[in-house]
Amino acid sequence: MMDKITAFIRKHQTVVLLAVPLVLAGVLISMFGSRLLLDIYTYFCVSLGMVYGLQVFMGNSGILSWTHVGFVGIGAYVTGILVTPPMVKEMGVPNMYPALVDLSLPVVPSILIGALVAAAIAALIGYPLMRLNDFASVITLFATLIVIHVVMTQWDNVTNGPRTFFGLPQWTTWGIALGGALLMLLVAYWFRESGLGLKLRATRDDRYAAAAIGIDMVLTRYLGFVLSALMAGFVGGLWALYITSFSPKSFYMAEMFLLLSMLVIGGSGSVSGATVGAVVVTIAREGLRQVEATINNAHVLSFEVFGLTELVMAVLMVMVLIWRPSGVVGGQELRLPRFGKKKDVPAEVDGLAA
Amino acid sequence: MIDLEFVINTLSLGSLYALLALGLVLVYGILKLVNFAYGEYIMIAGYAIYLSATLLHAPWYLTLLIAVLAAVLVSYLTELIAFRPVRSQSPNALIVTSFAVSVFLQNVVLIMVSPRARPVQLPFFFSRTIEIAGATVPLRNLLVIAVTAVLLVALSLLMKKTVVGMAMRAAADKFTTTRLMGVPANLVISTAFVISGLLAGVASIFWVSRSASVDPLTGAAPLLIAFIAVVTGGMHSTLGAVVGGFVYGLVFNLLSVTLPASMISYRDAFMFALVVVFLLFRPAGIIKRGYTEERVG
Repeated sequence: MMDKITAFIRKHQTVVLLAVPLVLAGVLISMFGSRLLLDIYTYFCVSLGMVYGLQVFMGNSGILSWTHVGFVGIGAYVTGILVTPPMVKEMGVPNMYPALVDLSLPVVPSILIGALVAAAIAALIGYPLMRLNDFASVITLFATLIVIHVVMTQWDNVTNGPRTFFGLPQWTTWGIALGGALLMLLVAYWFRESGLGLKLRATRDDRYAAAAIGIDMVLTRYLGFVLSALMAGFVGGLWALYITSFSPKSFYMAEMFLLLSMLVIGGSGSVSGATVGAVVVTIAREGLRQVEATINNAHVLSFEVFGLTELVMAVLMVMVLIWRPSGVVGGQELRLPRFGKKKDVPAEVDGLAA
Repeated sequence: MIDLEFVINTLSLGSLYALLALGLVLVYGILKLVNFAYGEYIMIAGYAIYLSATLLHAPWYLTLLIAVLAAVLVSYLTELIAFRPVRSQSPNALIVTSFAVSVFLQNVVLIMVSPRARPVQLPFFFSRTIEIAGATVPLRNLLVIAVTAVLLVALSLLMKKTVVGMAMRAAADKFTTTRLMGVPANLVISTAFVISGLLAGVASIFWVSRSASVDPLTGAAPLLIAFIAVVTGGMHSTLGAVVGGFVYGLVFNLLSVTLPASMISYRDAFMFALVVVFLLFRPAGIIKRGYTEERVG
């Protein structure tokens, strides 16, 4: 029995290797860190959840999915509409449909419904998009993000238009954010290792060979896309309950670029890559922000430098891509190097433990 | 509703969109790069007009020349510095690089000039209107049609009659074979970027003339139009880009005329939804060509 458990953990050690430092960092920061550091950590955990969702589709299918942050937005808005008390909505969103104003649900079902709505919309629009390759797929997913954005900014009966939607309770603490990130980690890891994930990776690496062994490429991609949207919607709910007020521009190019840079810098092919990328980008970004704030506060320059963070991030990103094109981690999952004899793990013969 | 004015407006909009799409597809054809930085070449050209007019007090023809040269230069430099080292890597790395370049250029302008919009001084005759057979048409709408026609003829001559043009067409088809024939890859790719920058610069003059101002995000809208036009027209040929540009102009004007006023703010969403539905039936776009996916190694 113990042997089996050890073997199981050893086989899936990646999850442990990724989760333990995350949890440790959270516990340490909450005990010794400053308020600011804990805020950064919480936001990092939420972003990490988004990146895992992105990895599920983009990493395994190789299709650059711009739409992802749109689904995050859908999750956030649905959660916001369900959680915010009717009184606050009446005040904050004057044009909202009366039926929506009256809705009021506890937090957890709201988040789950948000995730389901995001997945349902992905399921509705996803199938034709999954038939496209290369240029066409990038552009149409990009266009889909814009469609979602246009609807969010124009449909003021639901989203309050381009104005801020506010009044959510701050429910997401660092622990909940961490829990969400860990859950997404498990789902992303499970998907990558599952039969479906393997099929999706096969279509990424060689779509003709994959089709030749009987993989339905469009269906496989479609399922990955919907799962990815489900995860995005879920994390979107957590995000909304952390930020508490937001507007459609929180779910647009700039945010998407940040998520993409996390995934691509770390290495989109693996869950470990997504994790490392999120850590690296968060540290670099927060560091640069401090520098920017220091420069602006010290008034050493005659003007304020807005956009310095983005500028340097862009340069760093190109440099990382030149240095390591498949990301810092590459396509492999993190594993401990194995020392000594290899008989610890029973070799598998034709899928049966020997 | 469909009168001469509508026809000329559609043709001029289509010409502008065709120019935008053509610049994008030239680079895509050879490098298989969806260039997100393309919109920034347009933005930079707009700023070049603004800066040359306010700082140098240059006459109008010089400002336009400087604008086009600036777009060409930036296009060439981005290829040299950013795309060349990443080019043999995964397609997604290349796309993300182009997006990073786009963010970089936007923020350079943001820091160096201003986050706020700047007025652009355009030639006096741009805002004139003339009457043709009872229809009142802005002169710049006729100009853009004429300029596009000239550029299309020049470009097709370049592609068909010169060695570089033939090398570019060959490279868009089979890059490896073309290199084996002794064509230097860097030359072909750089030429593609230079022409792409040139088209962006010319298109920029007409683009910024519509609002007569330029801001760091000016490039986003034309980029998107070029994307959609290219995907609709067919991304494997220059003809497809031109056709896509005109079709986009036509559909856009039709929607502007036919949509009720309350729905007009959703016009872009309608455009993209139409494109997605169209691609459902014809994923390769209007103009189908031999399907090549080879990339530069």
